[in-house]
Amino acid sequence: MAVLSLRPRPAVRRWLPAVVIAAWLACWPLLNGRDTLPLAGSDLTSLHRWINARWDTIDNSRSGNPFFHYFIGAIRTGLDAAVTFAQALISQPSFGRPVPVLGWLGVVAVATAIAFLYANLRMALLTAASFVAFGVLGLWQQSMDTLSITLVAVTCSLAIGIPLGIWAGVSDRFDRVVTPVLDIMQTMPTFVYLAPLTLFFLIGPASATIATMIYAIPPCIRLTSHGIREVSPATLEASTSLGATEWQSLRKVRLPLAKQAMVVGINQTMMAALSMVTIAALIDSPGLGQTVYQTLQKMDIGTAFNGGLALVIMAIMLDRVTSAASRRVERTRRAGRLRSSAYRRWKRPAALTVAAVLCYLSYTYVWAAVFPTLGDTSSYVPRAAAATSAWVQNHLAGFTGALKNLLTYGMLNPFESLLTGTPWWLALVVAVSVAALLVGFRTAAIVAVGLVLLVVLGLWQDSMVTLASTLVATFLVMVLGLFFGVWMGRSDRVDTLLRPLLDAGQTMPAFVYLVPVLGLFGATRFTAIIAAVAYAAPASIKLVAEGIRAVAPAAVEAATSAGSTVGQLIFKVQLPMARRAVTLATSQGLIYVLAMVVVGGMVGAGALGYDVVAGFSQTALRGKGLAAGVSIVVLGLMLDRVMRAVAHRVELAAHGPADRGADGGH
Amino acid sequence: MTEPTLTEPTLRNAESPPVLDVRGLWKVFGPNPGRAVRSTLSSAELKEQTGCVAAVRDVSFAVRPGEVFVVMGLSGSGKSTLVRCLTRLIEPTAGEVLLDGENIGKADARRLRELRRHRLAMVFQNFGLLPHRCVLDNVGYGLEIRGSAKAERYARAREVLELVGLTGFETYYPDQLSGGMQQRVGLARALAVDPEVLLFDEPFSALDPLIRREMQNEVIRLHHEVGKTMVFITHDLSEALKLGDRILIMRDGELVQLGTPDEVVGAPADDYVKDFVSEVPKAQVLTLRWIMRDPRPDEPLDGPELAPDVVIQDAARSVLQADRPIRVVADGKLLGLVTGTEVIETMTSGDQ
Ligand SMILES: Nc1ncnc2c1ncn2[C@@H]1O[C@H](COP(=O)(O)OP(=O)(O)OP(=O)(O)O)[C@@H](O)[C@H]1O
Ligand SMILES: [Mg+2]
Repeated sequence: MAVLSLRPRPAVRRWLPAVVIAAWLACWPLLNGRDTLPLAGSDLTSLHRWINARWDTIDNSRSGNPFFHYFIGAIRTGLDAAVTFAQALISQPSFGRPVPVLGWLGVVAVATAIAFLYANLRMALLTAASFVAFGVLGLWQQSMDTLSITLVAVTCSLAIGIPLGIWAGVSDRFDRVVTPVLDIMQTMPTFVYLAPLTLFFLIGPASATIATMIYAIPPCIRLTSHGIREVSPATLEASTSLGATEWQSLRKVRLPLAKQAMVVGINQTMMAALSMVTIAALIDSPGLGQTVYQTLQKMDIGTAFNGGLALVIMAIMLDRVTSAASRRVERTRRAGRLRSSAYRRWKRPAALTVAAVLCYLSYTYVWAAVFPTLGDTSSYVPRAAAATSAWVQNHLAGFTGALKNLLTYGMLNPFESLLTGTPWWLALVVAVSVAALLVGFRTAAIVAVGLVLLVVLGLWQDSMVTLASTLVATFLVMVLGLFFGVWMGRSDRVDTLLRPLLDAGQTMPAFVYLVPVLGLFGATRFTAIIAAVAYAAPASIKLVAEGIRAVAPAAVEAATSAGSTVGQLIFKVQLPMARRAVTLATSQGLIYVLAMVVVGGMVGAGALGYDVVAGFSQTALRGKGLAAGVSIVVLGLMLDRVMRAVAHRVELAAHGPADRGADGGH
Repeated sequence: MTEPTLTEPTLRNAESPPVLDVRGLWKVFGPNPGRAVRSTLSSAELKEQTGCVAAVRDVSFAVRPGEVFVVMGLSGSGKSTLVRCLTRLIEPTAGEVLLDGENIGKADARRLRELRRHRLAMVFQNFGLLPHRCVLDNVGYGLEIRGSAKAERYARAREVLELVGLTGFETYYPDQLSGGMQQRVGLARALAVDPEVLLFDEPFSALDPLIRREMQNEVIRLHHEVGKTMVFITHDLSEALKLGDRILIMRDGELVQLGTPDEVVGAPADDYVKDFVSEVPKAQVLTLRWIMRDPRPDEPLDGPELAPDVVIQDAARSVLQADRPIRVVADGKLLGLVTGTEVIETMTSGDQ
């Protein structure tokens, strides 16, 4: 089949999609506004009301239903207890004391000792400085809340993820089962797990922990399994040839060799968890996320920035320390034989003793338990941030306003009114026929099912608004991605300059992006789009840059020696050869953008994201919020499938001529 | 001769029962392999009709105790597959492998592990070292997995490391060693478990020629010292001739010829083998037995005597200096005569 479709298309088929789109544009003024299925903010469809009713039934029967009472209830109680326990240790007054068990000095000491023992001295200093910064920013308790719930979620994620990862690494069958599930888990915008989870686990730390785990487990499973699979078959064969059992080969060969990949998995799990814990503020997860979320809603940019800064510091600290630890895995193993004695003899006991003494102090004395307020440090950052934001909005309004208007009126509005003004059945016909003509019938079927689902879910128009924002933002991401990606791929200097920035950008929790953008542009759809672009661009830029770098130097050299200009080189050699990376960058960018556009719902982006958020705060809108969440999933999966299919086509097309040549030879 | 050679005691233990006895071995890769077994189609036809690749087709041979048995063939001829079938790292499709009379194919998982742990050990082309373990732990690995105590295992590992000349490198990691040293570690690891049979799958083809020669001599030395039975895979004819007591030549999975080095060189079974050995300096491999002829009536029969298994090159000087034909004599019986003509013919024929 694939081979058949590779034959040169008849010219008719090539311009048919364009005809379809032209027809759509021509019809649009006539049909504009008909059958567009609008639904006002507080209106509900019968489906939404039905979900509301089911939800109420579940709420009412919660205590009587054994499934809820024993199974769900037990999980909920267990997780709540774990989080409460972690909070009692480091953040909340507990055990009849006015302060947590470990005061700030103790926490700083323990964290620093851990960083020292598992990473290195520099990381220990970074850790100490970060923790002190939380106190100085006046966010000690919130930071410790975030840390508690993150640690609980990471621990649970690793406890589940590592064994599953090992299993997926060893068993092809399990790997085949688990991979698509992980794909879906990672494609879905984080936001949408929340609603269904609160249905079962109610609002609070348990739901937050589970949502975080859903988001944080996939990288752990993937990297563990990847590490185990990467072990060379030759090494394994050698082990088998000496009579090792499967179990011995696993324990003595595969696991030790996978250790580094597993530590990288821990790093990614931790970053994912931190990101999700902040978003879970929407369902009452305590900590910095709350600070940011609540102040964002009040448009208190200063305080939101303060919280965002604490989050950034925490993200950088966790990332640096775990990456340093993963790099050290290799070195310690080697040096272990020679150096371990000195290390064991004094470094470890010394670090542990100091930490223990400081813990004791912080347990006993108030000055070591409660972070001291030195003057007015905690209001300095909020005031400065608020002032900066005000200054920017006053003085740079010309510039930011122009940018905003250009994109809003030049791109977003026309595109959005095109999508929202089209009758749903026309949109369906156009989308399905273009998909069928350009990609294939399977993809067309997926698109059809997806769009019909959107109609059924009752949020067609909101979905179209979100879709418009997502596509516009993805377009901007790809403009940035191609520009900076090509530049980075071609110049080592630019690469060394940009890469650390992009890496840092990728470790930030999604939430954080909203704050500065909001400070610059105020609460509009545009803000959400810019935040989404900022969130998604680093990944896309890096992917494009890698693709450009991977182009065979021989090809570049040949093209240069044939007298190509730089432009010709880029457009005729490097970009075409990197097209696989470019499509990958686009689909990644799309997924990231969708996730963020939805988060932007709370700062004026409206549409599906707003529906979800409203569902958390108003009981009457719960059903609609859930439907909005499902709509986001449908949009995400649909876009993801289409992108994959397109990428596949591009791939086939790239290899097509060679195949045909081979066929012709026979 | 400065290098030790294994070719003199040619038919070592010819009459004692074989250590390894391989009968009618087949390995077919592909869908429904059982169907392709015993088919007589050529490999191209087989691939066309069944989609299967017969990597080993109906190979039988017996390896005698203490022998160095070389399997040789071009790339893709099925050597690696054959040697892996011997320990069932690849499951044979049909046929039997008997180790000391025991059918390895019938062994259950536990028994098979026992055999691998104690009786058969393998050395790999790509070394197959465990990159996360130092040399000492690599060498001790086979002992470790069969459960021997740490002290005992390290003592044995040190002993073997000394045998292969790697004392002092115990705490090195594989990637800190040169290729030759890595393969010594591989060799030491196989020797550490004191197996009855050592299997080598092209152990030296990743090494440069000098190191390769050195390692070949090492194997010869070890063979003298520990006297193990060895099955040695190579695609290098000079290596085969140098090490092998007997050589099995494979093509497309089939056995083409099985014989001693001088049989292979002196009487190639077909054009394939002839092609193979055409570059070999025959005078260095063949013995007088291969060029002696019956005396002509007018020839004097009082020349110097030589034994039939003297290599031609070694005999050349005496033959050419003698003023009359050399008599080839075994057990006091005259087998034939050799003159300068025959010697010069052999010594120059290799160049054509
Ligand atoms: N796992 C496998 N599946 C399918 N075919 C295989 C497999 N392993 C080997 N073959 C085929 O079996 C044939 C013999 O391969 P084998 O590796 O035994 O050759 P070889 O003589 O060891 O070659 P080399 O000198 O390159 O190592 C080849 O045609 C190869 O393609
Ligand atoms: Mg091979």
